[in-house]
Amino acid sequence: MTDNNNHIVIIGGGHNGLVCAAYLARAGKKVTVLEAAEQVGGAAITREFAPGFNVSAGAHLLYMLDKNVRKELSLDSAGLSFSQQNMRTTALAEDGNHLQVSGDTLQGGTISDKDRQAMKEYRRFMNRFAGVINRLSNRIPPRLGTRDRGDWISLAKTALNIRLLGKSDMREFLRIAGINIYDVLQENFENPLLKGALSLDGVLGTNLGPRSNNSVFCALHRLSGLQGMAMPKGGMGTVSTALANAAAKHGALIRTSTVVSRILMEGDRVSGVELSDGEKVDAGTVISSADPKTTFLGLLGARNLEAGFAQRVQNIRMRGNTAKLHLALNGAPNFKGLNQNQLGDRLLIAPDIDYVERAFNYSKYGEYSTKPVAEITIPSLHDPSLAPPGKHVLSAVVQYAPYQLKTGWSESKAAYTGQVIDLLAHYAPGIKDQVIHKELLTPVDIESEFRINGGHWHHGELAMDQFLMLRPVPHSAQYASPVNGLFLCGAGSHPGGGVMGSAGRNAANAVLGARNNEDLQS
Amino acid sequence: MSVVSNNDKVQAIDYSTKEHYLTKVFQSPFYSRQEPLNHLKEWGRWADYLSPRAYTCSAMEYFACRNACTVFDLTPMSKYRISGKDALPYLNRLVTREVSKIKPARVGYCIWCTDEGQAIDDGTIFHLGEDDYRLCSQERHLDWLLTNTIGFDVQMTDETHEVAALALQGPTSCATLRKMGLEEIDSMKMFDIRDFPFEGTQLTISRTGFTGDLGYELWIDPGHAEVLWDRLFEAGHLHGIQAMGDEALQMLRIEAGFIQCRHEFMPAHATVRSGHTRSPFELGLGWLVDFNKPNFNGRKALLAQKKSGHRYNLVKLDIDGNKPAHDSYVFTRNKKQIGTVTSAIWSPSAKASIALATLETPHGEPGEEVLVEIYYQKELKWSRVMATARVVSEVFYDPPRKRLTPPADF
Repeated sequence: MTDNNNHIVIIGGGHNGLVCAAYLARAGKKVTVLEAAEQVGGAAITREFAPGFNVSAGAHLLYMLDKNVRKELSLDSAGLSFSQQNMRTTALAEDGNHLQVSGDTLQGGTISDKDRQAMKEYRRFMNRFAGVINRLSNRIPPRLGTRDRGDWISLAKTALNIRLLGKSDMREFLRIAGINIYDVLQENFENPLLKGALSLDGVLGTNLGPRSNNSVFCALHRLSGLQGMAMPKGGMGTVSTALANAAAKHGALIRTSTVVSRILMEGDRVSGVELSDGEKVDAGTVISSADPKTTFLGLLGARNLEAGFAQRVQNIRMRGNTAKLHLALNGAPNFKGLNQNQLGDRLLIAPDIDYVERAFNYSKYGEYSTKPVAEITIPSLHDPSLAPPGKHVLSAVVQYAPYQLKTGWSESKAAYTGQVIDLLAHYAPGIKDQVIHKELLTPVDIESEFRINGGHWHHGELAMDQFLMLRPVPHSAQYASPVNGLFLCGAGSHPGGGVMGSAGRNAANAVLGARNNEDLQS
Repeated sequence: MSVVSNNDKVQAIDYSTKEHYLTKVFQSPFYSRQEPLNHLKEWGRWADYLSPRAYTCSAMEYFACRNACTVFDLTPMSKYRISGKDALPYLNRLVTREVSKIKPARVGYCIWCTDEGQAIDDGTIFHLGEDDYRLCSQERHLDWLLTNTIGFDVQMTDETHEVAALALQGPTSCATLRKMGLEEIDSMKMFDIRDFPFEGTQLTISRTGFTGDLGYELWIDPGHAEVLWDRLFEAGHLHGIQAMGDEALQMLRIEAGFIQCRHEFMPAHATVRSGHTRSPFELGLGWLVDFNKPNFNGRKALLAQKKSGHRYNLVKLDIDGNKPAHDSYVFTRNKKQIGTVTSAIWSPSAKASIALATLETPHGEPGEEVLVEIYYQKELKWSRVMATARVVSEVFYDPPRKRLTPPADF
């Protein structure tokens, strides 16, 4: 055994890669993070998209950051701070009678007392159920069909978590977890604007419409951070910088602009990675925060895998359906009927739940929505450092925009961008004249900028068949892969995407645990 | 009609030329010659083909093979052409053995497994040329072989229906081929492949077989199938050539100790019950598993099984008495049930009741004595014997002529 066998290389300095590096370095391991881009962060970055205008280019709201990660890595002292926390949501109404949602409180719109009451109950049970997902997220999923004590305890805990909801809530949890959010919202609410807004919780960033199954599950996953929406000061890159600081403080080496071109094998185990310039970095353990397809089929190569496993990896559903719009504006936009106080909210364009379902319909056939849905933020209102004085940045998640567009994105991107801006102008007349610069990232752009196969921000559709011990696929769902010495730590692994860091933390635990088994001793 | 794969290309099978939907089953390109010879009209099925179970009398066909030569139609066998830059690495990942040891113009026996190390099928790899192989097996494996192309630059073509094939087996097989005008057929060693010009086409011959005797397998385009049959029977007339069906083949292969899919093991992909599949170790094929290869399907599971031990031993049994031990349970002397017979016959050549059996480990060491529970009936009256049997290591029938090069002239 040489020194290099003790060296751990982490492919990708996204937030999960950095979290994993920080934990391993903290445990005394020799860790090197190799990040292809010029800055760390992956899809959790702040970057300039027009001179003087900065934006969180990938994720733009923080609401799932693993509290253990934040505490254990002392992120607050490593530079994490917020420009806005516990953000409210305002659902934009075409007639300007907008609806503001703050926790379980509703303001504006034409909300009945019944809906107000229902909202309190809806929040109560959704938060309780999200708590189940939360507790699942913070540990290594159990393997099925083993006699391992740890697996059985973990399975039992999972069952216990659900049982402890109590008879009535457990029954409701089991009833709705697998169904669609359309049905659940129809059961609970009357107001179309409210239902439209809440439905987005279940479909943003997915290939689902409100009527698709798994949309309740996605909503629960989204709420499972059990925290309000927040904007890091300086954009999402601040989270990554804090993580990089924490990792570096513990002794991890972070190399940026370092592109890994392949994972090297020696016999039946990994021996390191090769960089795009031909340099070889020796390592006894390689941990990839890249998505599973990129890791296994791209960097490692299917020939180093068994065929059944390679096929399962190839079949992971991970095509993005979400675009990201960035606008540089020469002033704050004026939304009809929106007061200054609300402009800084998380603004939604989802006027009713059928509107959302219709928007989704197009994507089933490889077309983009002619009337998209959007989640809009204007971060420069909270954080003036992001734009030149008096100017503003608008960042919007826009759906639906299928990765495999029939007409091709190179042909159709301009038309889609125009359509999205038309949509904004419908709610904020005059915005077109304010646009100094615009940038739209289609899933294809997301794929190339963030190196995510298929451009899916979760590195794989979040669904019950791709969750827990099934994520990304069986035999690599406990972060270890079938290849000796190769681990996963990215969003493609349990518990999935969103700026959480849980996958990175769990993976570090798996790697440290594996140190005791024969797998890593050879 | 073929399937070609190059990674992500769309796959499509064109059966439109085959009108099989009218008959539900294919007739072999040799059918026009088989049909008049098939006095019994006993047709069985081999995958999607009609296959004669016996033409006249399976015992006579058996003796024809052991004493003269017989023709068995191999066309229904699955034949997959694998070619291209990655053909060798593809096969090496697919099967458990080291394929580079199969030199050009040679044939190698192999077995392939699921990721779980469970046998899918056994078969032969024909190294036809540079980066050009054919994989032959009893079962159909198109789906699995296509799955295996992920990440490999290979072309995978199903040429099952494009290649007509006959097995010519028995002591006079070489003489028959020589008489047919195939020059220097004598110099072919076991597992050699050679091409011969034949009636304006190419006839490929391999010195391979499933009978444990001297024999050859003949491969030709279906358009020349009938003329090949005719020429063989002309040449073999004085060498006692006979057409042979599957029943006789079963006797021959059991005598030779050859295992067969769906007898000694179930193809893993057609098995739904947990634990009902077999690993190569459990089929006596550990010698085909090469852990020096860094990766192949099932490697990890087989390594683990090698360490933890396998569940079954496949053994040859020499059984007292003359009753074939079909489907028998096997017991220890203390009447503890330890396994089952998978294939059994009265062997006319060994003059013994013989069987292949699966025994639970650690049973099955050569020399071990076991009891075999044999049920038999005479005119509807059933009887049972507990026959003593011995586990033997040698093949029941293994004539030196099988290996001799040049073969003796019969």
